[in-house]
Amino acid sequence: MLFLKRIRRGGLGRRGGASGEGSLLRSDGAEGLWATSGGLGLQGITKRFGELEVLRGVSLEVHRGEFFTLLGPSGCGKTTLLRIVGGFEVPDAGRVVLGGRDLTHLPAHRRPVNTVFQNYALFPHLTVYENVAFGLRSRGFPEAEVRARVEYALGLLHLEGLLHRYPQQLSGGQKQRVALARALVNEPEVLLLDEPMSALDAKLRAEVQVELRNLQRRLGATFILVTHDQEEAMAVSDRIGVMEGGRILQVGTPEEVYERPRTRFVAEFLGVANLIPARRGKGGVETPWGTFALEVPWERGFLAMRPERVEVHLHAVPGSVPARVRQVIYRGAYLEAFLEPSLRVRTALRLSPDQEIFVRLPVKGLVVLHE
Amino acid sequence: MTRAVALSALALLYLPMLAVALFSLNRTRHGLGWGGFTWEWYLRLLQNEAVLEATRNTFLLALLSTLLATLLGTLLALGLERHPFGRRFRGFLETLLYLPVVTPDLILAAALVVAFGFLRQAFSLFEPGLPAMVVGHVTFQVAFVALVVMSRLQGLPRELDEAARDLYATYPVYLRRVLLPLLTPGIVAGAMLAFTLSLDDFVISFFTAGPTSQTLPLLIYASARRGVTPEIHAVSTLIFLLTVLAVLGGERLTRRSV
Amino acid sequence: MNRLLVWYGELTTAPSLFLRGLLLVLPGMVWLLAFLVLPGLVLLPLSFAERGAFGEVVWTFSWENYRRLLGFGVLGYSPDNLLALLRTLWVALVTTLICLLLAYPIAFFIRSKPRAQRYLWLSLVLIPFWTNIVIRTYAWQLLLAPEMPFARLASALGLLEPGMALFPSTLAVYVGMVSAFLPFMVLPLYSSVERLDESLLEAVRDLYGGPWRVFLHGVLPQTLPGLTVGVILTFVPAMGMFVVPDLLGGAKHLLVGNLIQQAFYTMRDWPYGAALSLVLVLLTLLALRLYRRHGKEVELA
Repeated sequence: MLFLKRIRRGGLGRRGGASGEGSLLRSDGAEGLWATSGGLGLQGITKRFGELEVLRGVSLEVHRGEFFTLLGPSGCGKTTLLRIVGGFEVPDAGRVVLGGRDLTHLPAHRRPVNTVFQNYALFPHLTVYENVAFGLRSRGFPEAEVRARVEYALGLLHLEGLLHRYPQQLSGGQKQRVALARALVNEPEVLLLDEPMSALDAKLRAEVQVELRNLQRRLGATFILVTHDQEEAMAVSDRIGVMEGGRILQVGTPEEVYERPRTRFVAEFLGVANLIPARRGKGGVETPWGTFALEVPWERGFLAMRPERVEVHLHAVPGSVPARVRQVIYRGAYLEAFLEPSLRVRTALRLSPDQEIFVRLPVKGLVVLHE
Repeated sequence: MTRAVALSALALLYLPMLAVALFSLNRTRHGLGWGGFTWEWYLRLLQNEAVLEATRNTFLLALLSTLLATLLGTLLALGLERHPFGRRFRGFLETLLYLPVVTPDLILAAALVVAFGFLRQAFSLFEPGLPAMVVGHVTFQVAFVALVVMSRLQGLPRELDEAARDLYATYPVYLRRVLLPLLTPGIVAGAMLAFTLSLDDFVISFFTAGPTSQTLPLLIYASARRGVTPEIHAVSTLIFLLTVLAVLGGERLTRRSV
Repeated sequence: MNRLLVWYGELTTAPSLFLRGLLLVLPGMVWLLAFLVLPGLVLLPLSFAERGAFGEVVWTFSWENYRRLLGFGVLGYSPDNLLALLRTLWVALVTTLICLLLAYPIAFFIRSKPRAQRYLWLSLVLIPFWTNIVIRTYAWQLLLAPEMPFARLASALGLLEPGMALFPSTLAVYVGMVSAFLPFMVLPLYSSVERLDESLLEAVRDLYGGPWRVFLHGVLPQTLPGLTVGVILTFVPAMGMFVVPDLLGGAKHLLVGNLIQQAFYTMRDWPYGAALSLVLVLLTLLALRLYRRHGKEVELA
């Protein structure tokens, strides 16, 4: 029960500050916590359900205090990976290490990890207060302390008025915040969030994303989020791990995975990407849009470029190639155009179908895809 | 047309009870002539040793058998719904549970008579009488309790169990603070069903009762064969009214819990 | 070492999980095996045994009980038992049919009520369902007594000698049986009727016209699940009924239920009772099998 001792009781003293800038959960702020020693390590996790291999040797390092997102389509194994960390599945092979301690075969109720479930899983027979107090009571905290901590957590999530409501009397957004409070009040070393926003409508989701991100920063806690929504992942994460077919394809900051996708899947899953067939030639990489000085690991393969990276010109410039506008979609802030030969671009220029234009692909925006 | 048939069919169900209620208020002791209104027969019930004894037995039997059946049935449901048995074993247990539900009560009674007959040679508990009747009632109640509790368990999402364990609950804490409270409506519903089934039973009691363990249905049956008294009309009317209250109350309860 | 697994959030191993599950189901399982399954199975060998002089069981192998059942008694041939068997089948069938014919109007009648009222009307069916069968049956004795209007009407019409009761009689048995089992038919049927798709009925009405065709092509196929449950819930206990024929039927209208009751209760002849019980179960299963085969045809039509 080592982790019990780690819970800081000092945080309570700072409750007075209405701004709440001091953290109940960790007094040492968010910065400077990127020491791997306190982080979560997954080492060669394998899991199969019957014939189906859900995870194929996943290794991953999540830093302490980091907001990490597992992003992927449904069935990619991201939820299973999260459940393995939470203690709801046992991996067939591999280890889960947290702060140097092996959790792999520790039962869920002894892990310093808490989960916000997809459908929140609030206890229907308990009030909001009792739901949030559940974890503390399970660990035998004195009632006075339970009260203080629960009230603080409820305040943190603006739930003060709902203390005595039952879950079925709450809106979706309220339920979600109760689920968050119920998990956070335990000061977990890692908070796991399994698609917590999938049940909210689009507008609320955007608000909650900001709130969640702020909360995580403020508490300096380690959050691991599972989602299939790439915009959500980009909005909240320090780093994203893109998963597919039971593997992690790429790990990086939102900017890295967006701007420098390593594979075709990552490029296409995160936003729109132009896939440009290419061939290694004498002067560099040959494409329908010109030859570029790039190092490629293959004879034939693909380059990728985001539509907004493509330069669109009304007149020829050095290095540009002529193209014809096939279709134009008005997106408000910009125009999206489909060109012939096949290319998607975003531009502020007013284009119309059948117009002859010139495009240039800046080599900086070209990404070499490895698979 | 539909309406006429439906109403007369419903009348078919209620007419006899109406007659019984009417004659429970008839002053005439013998025969069916109308002798004027009286509460006398209801008051006499309070002094009728046989009726009082039968009432005591009926409720004692229902209470004991329900307690036992609720315990066994709940354990069965927990075992079956929250443990991964192989398909065969699970199928076997499910068949076992449906057996008392689909077996005609007369056959169940025959089986019990045979079972008690053989067991009697070893244990005096199985002499005809209240203990044997309790065993008989539990045998058909268990399945109903288990099925009701199981359906409640199936309605509880697995995430609730996981959330409890995620929030540091050990198995006993999880049982006490999550599973049992959530299961209580199912257990209560199962127990109420078992209790009602026991009160309602005639056949099993008939075959397993001893001389000192007469229940109300047995008493009424015996009188119906010998010749009924107005007191029997009074008892029957009371039981009927009790049933009406129970059904309406139960309806309320289930509608609220939905 | 056993492989760990997590079951409903609990870290455990398959054997220990199995063990705990087994401990939980064991009491109930043993109980049902001891008092229902085992004695039920014993009925088979028992039916080939013989009754001793003091009601004890003499374990032999003889077809005597089954011969008796077919009418070859100690006192020569008498078809009474065989007739009782056939009568049981017939009475159960007719009871089921009448219940069916009455249940449809009731179900549609309740459905025609506003939603808020339906509970109340349904309760009207539920109350007899939960009222003790003995009370409901003896109440018919009272209602069919000579002094009561039904008997008087019958004798005024010359159908009954004055001063006689309408029971014991076949009619009384049917009346008792139908009122005993009607709720068993209405409840499952209503749950099907409530879900009936109104637009489909409209379509059938447009296509075929007549109410009979609407019923056959619209209502029947859609209510078949409830109907099947209702038929089973009515037919199976009707086959084993003995209270109603006992109180309303008298000696001329014995059903198998009465014979079983007499064998176990009055004569203490268990082997014969066992034989009767087995035949009853067999007949019931056979009839249900025929019904289900036939039921499939209805579904296809």
